[in-house]
Amino acid sequence: MSEALAPTPGQTVGPFFHYALPYEGGSTLVPPGSAGAIRLYGTVYDGDGTPVPDALIEIRQADPQGRTPRVEGSLHRDGRFTGWGRAATDPGGRYAFTTVEPTRTDGGAVFFAVTVFARGLLDRLFTRAYLPGESDTFLAGLPEADRSTLRAVRDEDGHLRFDIHLQGAHETVFLHYPRHAA
Amino acid sequence: MTTTTSTAAPEPVPQERITAEIAASHAATGPGSAQPRLDFAPYRSSLLRHPTKDPRHVDPEGIELVAPVFGHSDVNAVEADLTIQHGGEPIGERMLLTGRVLDGDGRPVRRQLVEIWQANAAGRYIHKRDQHPAPIDPNFTGVGRCLTDDDGNYRFTTIKPGPYPWRNHHNAWRPAHIHFSLFGTEFTQRLVTQMYFPGDPLFALDPIYQSVTDPAARDRMVAAYDHDLTTHEWATGYRWDIVLTGTHATLLERDDHE
Repeated sequence: MSEALAPTPGQTVGPFFHYALPYEGGSTLVPPGSAGAIRLYGTVYDGDGTPVPDALIEIRQADPQGRTPRVEGSLHRDGRFTGWGRAATDPGGRYAFTTVEPTRTDGGAVFFAVTVFARGLLDRLFTRAYLPGESDTFLAGLPEADRSTLRAVRDEDGHLRFDIHLQGAHETVFLHYPRHAA
Repeated sequence: MTTTTSTAAPEPVPQERITAEIAASHAATGPGSAQPRLDFAPYRSSLLRHPTKDPRHVDPEGIELVAPVFGHSDVNAVEADLTIQHGGEPIGERMLLTGRVLDGDGRPVRRQLVEIWQANAAGRYIHKRDQHPAPIDPNFTGVGRCLTDDDGNYRFTTIKPGPYPWRNHHNAWRPAHIHFSLFGTEFTQRLVTQMYFPGDPLFALDPIYQSVTDPAARDRMVAAYDHDLTTHEWATGYRWDIVLTGTHATLLERDDHE
């Protein structure tokens, strides 16, 4: 096998992505009010604890039967569950997806894969939003303070809250995959 | 400027100081980093938005190994031509922009979504927060999408964007650029980046471009003028290939040969 090619560097999404990347229905993986629909929501905070109004969150998830969707239509879903969504934060730094809870059938812990973009953030960040009560060897190997940043919290209405702290005392644990620059 | 109230904005930092900070940061990084430094102080907006801890190494699993799937139901072919989205021709240098999207092993990323957005020829975005007093072009929105073909090629027709001022520091101007959003074959290959134009005099002054401290890596963000793409009395041509980080599936194979 030949030498690996040098990757193109990432750059910040900048302040002007709102008219390009978010799209109608991007945050509704299933129709609101449909069977099993929940909200996965949260606030993105900076190092001062101030909400970040110009962040963009993407998620990738399995369906309630543990299947990984491989169907097209993520920009025009037309009723299909594609397991992918995109949401910009609002002026209060909040994002929200309407989706269903994933499960897994391969024995692993259940999580939403999450990507974070923002003005001021020079490259995207990856993290995981584990469902409450889930654990695996990766999660178990973290100090509790770090572990708690990767756990979604069930609210009184049964929805899932997952706040993201780019910096500060509650800084979210971000992930680095093999062969992927930080 | 006289500060008359306690809430007035601080005096903007001069370019000389930003340039000195860029030089100091590059010197401190040694051979340089092929990815942007997240804590790049010359880019003032990064100060409170960069994680302070190193990312945790984790093997991707399950859904992280599968990228979202896009197809022709998602993208209309006309979305690749940013010059035909309105009633008339946009102002500016019409250009064809093409290239290949590859993974780290040189394999084409096939039938995946490529999204771009950009300022118009005067350096103005169609965005309510862009108040730079340059003209809005009623015939140019600056948003395009396409799918890569079976060989990983993308292709857009657009207008060369202009540089524009921003408020990072006094007299800060961004080099002309086009924002790119890309997917690979895995969720973990997600990339958002910016494509620049060759020979831009603003490169040395720009903290976002300079946040990549390895000069060779910075060069990889710069498109090449390609006269073979240029069409007679119609458009100039630029070529820019994009390499996403490699696929996890080939990690062991790679190690065998190192």
